[in-house]
Amino acid sequence: MDPVIEIRDFSKTYGDFVAVNRISLDVMPGEIFGLLGPNGAGKTSTLECLEGLRAPSCGSLRVAGLDPARDFKKLKNIIGVQLQSSGMPEAITPVEAMKFFCAYHAVSPRFDLLDRLALNEKRDTAFYELSAGQQRRLVLALAAAHKPQILFLDEPTAGLDVASRVELHDLMRELQAGGTTIILATHDMAEADEMSDRVAILLGGNIATVGTPMEITAAGAGLTKISVHTQNSCISDPNLTFPAVDRCVVKDEYMIYYSHDIGPTLTAIIEFIHLQADTLIDLRVERPSLEDRFLEITGKGTIP
Amino acid sequence: MIAFVNHFSFEFRSGIRNKQMLLMNYLFPLGFYLMMGFIMPAINPPFRQSIIPAMVVFSILAATLLGLPDPLVNARENGVFRNYKINGIPSSSILAIPAMTTMLHLVLVTAIIIITAPLLFDAPLPQNWFASILVFLAMSFACAGLGVLIGVVSPNSRMSVLWSQVVFVPSMLLGGLMIPNNLLPDVAAKIAQLLPATQAMNAFNGLAMDGVADFSPWGSVAVLISSGVFAFALSAYLFSWDNRNSTRRGNPALAFLVFLPSVIGIFTL
Repeated sequence: MDPVIEIRDFSKTYGDFVAVNRISLDVMPGEIFGLLGPNGAGKTSTLECLEGLRAPSCGSLRVAGLDPARDFKKLKNIIGVQLQSSGMPEAITPVEAMKFFCAYHAVSPRFDLLDRLALNEKRDTAFYELSAGQQRRLVLALAAAHKPQILFLDEPTAGLDVASRVELHDLMRELQAGGTTIILATHDMAEADEMSDRVAILLGGNIATVGTPMEITAAGAGLTKISVHTQNSCISDPNLTFPAVDRCVVKDEYMIYYSHDIGPTLTAIIEFIHLQADTLIDLRVERPSLEDRFLEITGKGTIP
Repeated sequence: MIAFVNHFSFEFRSGIRNKQMLLMNYLFPLGFYLMMGFIMPAINPPFRQSIIPAMVVFSILAATLLGLPDPLVNARENGVFRNYKINGIPSSSILAIPAMTTMLHLVLVTAIIIITAPLLFDAPLPQNWFASILVFLAMSFACAGLGVLIGVVSPNSRMSVLWSQVVFVPSMLLGGLMIPNNLLPDVAAKIAQLLPATQAMNAFNGLAMDGVADFSPWGSVAVLISSGVFAFALSAYLFSWDNRNSTRRGNPALAFLVFLPSVIGIFTL
């Protein structure tokens, strides 16, 4: 299967400032691809060049086989974009906006999306009178209305409440099931971890790492958190030592161990509880999260 | 075509819904017209003869020079044009549709002035309706182009207000709305020919109101139309989709070329 987005030796500079430095990347059809990085990492420059808003300084970009800078007119019906800033006229209402943008894409207005994203009651309210969450939902509805092959989402859940966020994630999964490729730029690590098939972490204009969330977290030096609660608290002595444990803390009725090798640690803990004739009430094992790994990478400030 | 109609319809409604545009399109011109209509004939009785052309020209100046540039600058600053670009909305629509809807608002304001001025102020109606419509369209076209051009080249709202006032204030003082062009000193009268208002008042007087033109009225119509063509062509050339890290196609100083037809007119009319 050919990639739907191909980035080869792509750089973007503004004067002397190098925003993106010779990166290469492929995104496969139907993927949800997370683009992560701290502010100034080069995410927005990369997205804007892929969307055709800017021309790359060097290298090549292909989006659905098209050069975004040159084939921009063909690209407009292939991509949908939710910009970080709303980019909407202040006085426009959701109904007007849906008619307005769908007409330029030569498709019928998708009023069902307004209903789906809980905007039906606000369909005749001016954009500036909508809440921040409602504005983001409207912009997302408009980006998805012409059923684009590739959807670029820049911080889609910023400012959304929990219910709207869940609805948005459901919509993203539905679009993915229909074959849409989604490029998700986000600062929300939990969202990237949950939604993305693969993620790339950008740092200083370079790709620090790319892979599935599982691969990325597994590659880190992070410690696994093991929380244990027993009936007789046989394990509550902080002076007890178990293999591969770097440190432990007591929190409420739990002993929490941070292990760099969970196999020997878990085996030893369970054996100890058994020998003490105690009963295990709760045992939780938490692998390092994508956020831990992100902080590990970005905190270093260098590419591992 | 559906896209154009939707866009036009939305922009037209914005001209009424948006308080700033409502003010510039309707409230300010009509308020000023009523004030001038009640005050000026008492101070200067001959003004009664030119109430209709003067107030129509004033309405055009207010709606186009004061009303058009700022929404364009704000839309560019707020990323609206970026969003339009992604969705395939052409720059020609972004520039032309607000100008066209403003001209439609001006038709309504002009109709109100023409209907009420004879009743309220005993003002004479135009003698030649065809010429009146032609001069109205030429002046609206020229000023709408100038308003759009100011919106395109101004880097921010403050600059757009400044450039608008650079044309608007001299138009009020020297454009023949309050003081006839032939009462101005020769140098000032020549400089005033740079202003669309002067050309429009001259054309109204010579072609529509059965008065005397100070210079060729048909030449004034030609200057207005060619200024409008220059303004829209320069706007299309100098247009940029956003303010951030983007390079403009040409130097904004090229916008001064919009006065070229007027400069030629000074030496030929």
